[in-house]
Amino acid sequence: MPKDRITLGHGSGGKLSHDLIESLFLPPFINPILQASDDSAVFPLTDSDRTHQGRQLSKDEIAFTTDSYVVKPISWPGGDIGRLAVCGTVNDLAMVGAIPLYLSAAFVIEEGLPISTLRRIVTSMRRAAKEAGVKIVAGDTKVVERGSADGLFINTAGVGMLPEGVKVSGNNAQPGDVIILSGTIGDHGIAVLSAREGLAFSNNFKSDVAPLNHMVGAMLRTSAKIHAMRDPTRGGLATTLNEIAQQSKVGIRIVEEQIPIREEVAAACEILGYDPLYVANEGKVVTCVAPEDAERVVKVMRKTLYGHQATIIGEVLPEPRARVVMKTRVGGTRIVDMMVGEMLPRIC
Amino acid sequence: MRFIDEFRNSATGQRLAARIKERKMRPVNLMEVCGTHTVAIFKHGIRHFLPDNVNMLSGPGCPVCVTPNVDIDKAIALAQSPDVILITFGDMMKVPGSYSSLHQVRGVGADIRVVYSVLDALRIAQDNPRKSVVFFGVGFETTAPTTASAVLEAEQLGIDNFYLLSVHKLIPPAMGALLDADEVHIDGFICPGHVSTIIGSQPYEFIPQEYGIPCVITGFEPLDILQAIDMLLEQLSGKEPRVDIQYRRAVRKEGNPIALKYLSTVFEINDAGWRGIGVIPKSGLKLGQQYKRFDAECALKVVIKPPKEAAGCRCGDILRGVSTPHECRLFTKACTPEHPVGPCMVSTEGTCSAWYLYGDEGKVLSQTGEPLANNTSITLKE
Repeated sequence: MPKDRITLGHGSGGKLSHDLIESLFLPPFINPILQASDDSAVFPLTDSDRTHQGRQLSKDEIAFTTDSYVVKPISWPGGDIGRLAVCGTVNDLAMVGAIPLYLSAAFVIEEGLPISTLRRIVTSMRRAAKEAGVKIVAGDTKVVERGSADGLFINTAGVGMLPEGVKVSGNNAQPGDVIILSGTIGDHGIAVLSAREGLAFSNNFKSDVAPLNHMVGAMLRTSAKIHAMRDPTRGGLATTLNEIAQQSKVGIRIVEEQIPIREEVAAACEILGYDPLYVANEGKVVTCVAPEDAERVVKVMRKTLYGHQATIIGEVLPEPRARVVMKTRVGGTRIVDMMVGEMLPRIC
Repeated sequence: MRFIDEFRNSATGQRLAARIKERKMRPVNLMEVCGTHTVAIFKHGIRHFLPDNVNMLSGPGCPVCVTPNVDIDKAIALAQSPDVILITFGDMMKVPGSYSSLHQVRGVGADIRVVYSVLDALRIAQDNPRKSVVFFGVGFETTAPTTASAVLEAEQLGIDNFYLLSVHKLIPPAMGALLDADEVHIDGFICPGHVSTIIGSQPYEFIPQEYGIPCVITGFEPLDILQAIDMLLEQLSGKEPRVDIQYRRAVRKEGNPIALKYLSTVFEINDAGWRGIGVIPKSGLKLGQQYKRFDAECALKVVIKPPKEAAGCRCGDILRGVSTPHECRLFTKACTPEHPVGPCMVSTEGTCSAWYLYGDEGKVLSQTGEPLANNTSITLKE
């Protein structure tokens, strides 16, 4: 095995493992908590954590989440598995209104992965973590023999603090709420697909993978009437809206014409037979807001980096309960159901 | 998106819908033969536009759905034969045969590969010279020419381990069979657009001539379909039924002569079994004498158990337009897209799948009513 590739020895826990951690993982993520190099990261929730941009954080509530990333391939236009692994977990924290603070990162590496590839992914994680304002404070590395994994899998877990008084969940959408979407749909799924062998039909696609916590923070500071929030990842906008409708026991009505989509994504979906409503996003938020605050929230979103195309796409109704209906572009109405099965496997 | 948005224009859609209403036609049953039309009608909410007197029926135009169990059983048996690689389009994977599905036998070791083009099957045959590579040729006149071209290419390149299990079928004979069976009253046909790009309009002529029923060859965008419905109603209020082409941007009267030449070179027409309908004379395509050596059934003998149908499944009735999915007691209960019992629920173009995914005859949609407030028209200016 050439020296520039990961070997089983890198996962042995011995010298090679230490070298890999010291040279590859520690420098980009360096911070005092990680540097302690103990079996667990130990960190107090100190004053700086407790107040965030002038907001008092709750003393009692911590948000905690985890997610594994097995996307194939590990790089695609606009992102890679490293950026995704940070943003995905940051966004899961942000969707309950939490301010993401600390992440762990665990790597399952296939024997033979070029070390330069791993370095590129780790650098990308550092950049994403910096952008999101989170610290990676714990980690793990495992190497499995060739054929037992597909290049690289990453798991991240994250903790965040909730600002005092913030209560956002998927089960709190209320009839009369306005539904706001932060931007175009389908960018991530189609970008990953375009990077797959045999389907490279255009180089115009760009994944939207991005940390949404700053935009969400701005939204929550603007309105106390943000009732529900979700990031429409796997399963796309359609599945996310169905989740909100079911959990909140409300009806949802959206208007196809109002849903932003990049022309090349729409075209790719037409060609491939995909419905963009079901194609994955990794940098979008959909939220249900009281009508009187909706316009204000949209304006604030549009001032942020990842929300400049934010727009109102529909509304919450008392009926039909737990269903999503859509006014189609041509003027008909149809039901938008949950995604059934897996449309594009291993998209995140 | 250019060439798409024009055909989804809301104002034009409303105008066409209004015209259809104004025709004040007696109640009519219009059948969309093709599965792609069924999906388009649901996906764009077209049923919601139509007045009560215009009833749409879904026909036998989903190739996956009309493939009878016996043919799926053959494909499964071939896939399980030693040293065989079975090549199929993805839609066939989950269709249940009598005893199993391709998906299930792949799970226990059969070498089955999903491709987007039959030409991939040739490549796989070249890469695996010691294996017999069988392409499961499913589809109507639209897909059959590409299969024919692959057979010709295999001959030209001397690929002698490529075989075809052809269950390709022809649409117009099935329409004739439905009319002969006379189980359901059909006032007009929305004829398939893609099939017609190949065969043109002539093969449908017997329908207005012998049965007096109007036909309109139709595109797949919502405005295409609305316009075709209007054209059918116009024919119905006149005296002379005929075959009209609405889908003029793609379909010529004479069809595609090159593709037709491929078909007539490689295939000969045979009697074929259709799910739910039975054997329809002269409705299938099998390899002609000159190309018999590519015939998987001749070259690789397989024995199958007598086929059987899933108890309670009404796909057959649904394919003939006799029943709607709601009249099947399995629909949405025992039979869902996750756990399909019949092919109409498996295929993305299946009638049951479309009803399941996109609508339920207005039961839910009628509760929707009008928007609470005019929120969705809020425009924001920076």
